[in-house]
Amino acid sequence: MSPQQAGERDARESRGSVVPDGFGDDPLPSDAVLRTHVFDAADLRRALTRIAHEIVERNHGADDVVLVGMYTRGVALAERIAAAIGSFESVEPALGALDVAFYRDDIGLRPVAPLGPTEVPDISGKVVVLVDDVLFTGRTARAALDALHELGRPRAVQLAVLVDRGHRELPLRADYVGKNLPTRTSEDVRVRLAEVDGDDGVDLWGTPEREDERR
Amino acid sequence: MKHLLSIDDLGGRAGIEAMLDLTDSFLEVQQRDIPKVPALRGKTVVSLFYEDSTRTRLSFETAAKRLSADTMTFSVATSSVKKGESLLDTVQTIDAMGVDAIVVRHGAAGAPHRVASWSSARVINAGDGCHEHPTQALLDAFTLRRHRGPSLDGCRIAIVGDIRHSRVARSDVMAFHALGCELTLVGPPTLMPERLDGWPVAVTSDLDEILPDVDVVYLLRIQRERIGQALFPSLREYSARWGLSAERAARSKPDTLVMHPGPMNRGIEIAGEVADSARSLVTEQVANGVAVRMAVLWSLLGSGGPIV
Repeated sequence: MSPQQAGERDARESRGSVVPDGFGDDPLPSDAVLRTHVFDAADLRRALTRIAHEIVERNHGADDVVLVGMYTRGVALAERIAAAIGSFESVEPALGALDVAFYRDDIGLRPVAPLGPTEVPDISGKVVVLVDDVLFTGRTARAALDALHELGRPRAVQLAVLVDRGHRELPLRADYVGKNLPTRTSEDVRVRLAEVDGDDGVDLWGTPEREDERR
Repeated sequence: MKHLLSIDDLGGRAGIEAMLDLTDSFLEVQQRDIPKVPALRGKTVVSLFYEDSTRTRLSFETAAKRLSADTMTFSVATSSVKKGESLLDTVQTIDAMGVDAIVVRHGAAGAPHRVASWSSARVINAGDGCHEHPTQALLDAFTLRRHRGPSLDGCRIAIVGDIRHSRVARSDVMAFHALGCELTLVGPPTLMPERLDGWPVAVTSDLDEILPDVDVVYLLRIQRERIGQALFPSLREYSARWGLSAERAARSKPDTLVMHPGPMNRGIEIAGEVADSARSLVTEQVANGVAVRMAVLWSLLGSGGPIV
């Protein structure tokens, strides 16, 4: 283990072992309580519609745009944004799916599993919009930038997320945000999508004991 | 799973299927323009081969390199084994250098198990004597699943040839049986194991009888070095009764697949035309071998937890 990795593990441990890192589907703690329904299905649809319009506006169309969803829910979100763009523009942007497991910086520190096969069309010279459900530490987005870099040389990379919950550990920001949601690190944001979870919505979960640990 | 010494280490059907699912992700990496990911950066994989090998050793080394691990190769011919160093001392020497995984091939059954007990590294069995060759069985199952999957339930497979001396056959029987296949072992009685108690297989010496019924013919290499043991009269006679000639292959179902673990003896257990025909999966087996070994290395060194 490199000193850098060791430092990272220490930071993680000092912060509390149950801190979610926004990656994968770690089960919620057994004592988790639902704090708020942040989005219902209609809110979620409106946020995605707005993001779709913003992407087209900012890029002056969708001709050169490739929407690349990050597994698992980012893939479904990218498909929905593409369909939304297709409904009001003459073209539907190209779609891709990206698995960042092999590019993560916490391999060996916690269980990491590939979530699905990477399928990305030719991105050279295109504007890639990375799509994910929740932006938290930024480590998944960093891994995605590394992964993209090996698949081609896009003209620009932008980031679209349904929820930005803060607590960034890297100098990254999202270009398109469905909802800025201030949270505590001990809390957990869960996005539900019909394609993956059966229905649509966004929930904020917390645990009672850890409220006094807030930082 | 700490080591992969036997197909049993995967924990039955669910574990084998989880490993095959994982392999899909690595097959995609293999097909990229830059077929390399940084997943195992900083890990060291050493191949400790006491027997000759082309595809298994190269396949493991390619897999490790495509995961960005460092590789070291140990070959008996140029090592201190020539000066009489024992397996224990060799393993301790390698272990002292701080390696993360050791890929072992050895002529003695159980040697990888001994290595695992001596070393703190993860150990992968790349073939031990006439015992097991688990990554070969995984790549065979993966290859077959891509053609007959996702489920292999009820797939009828004939494994033909020298079952007795074949570690491939042992691991394949375990893996294919766990995945729900129906297995028949075919070959001269002298090349069958002395006891087959508990093997989930049917046995016959008549290839022509079962050929029209099977979905897959899996041919094993005739180990020429064993001809001296008088287990069968001649290569010609073996080839006439158990070799898959073009005429014989034509009597199987049109979609019957042909597999072989390599290296092939063309004209003995398999005719050249059959090996190169559309029904042959031989080169695909080799290609998939790299992806399977990437999945195994990742599971042992990178996943950070159980794969099932």
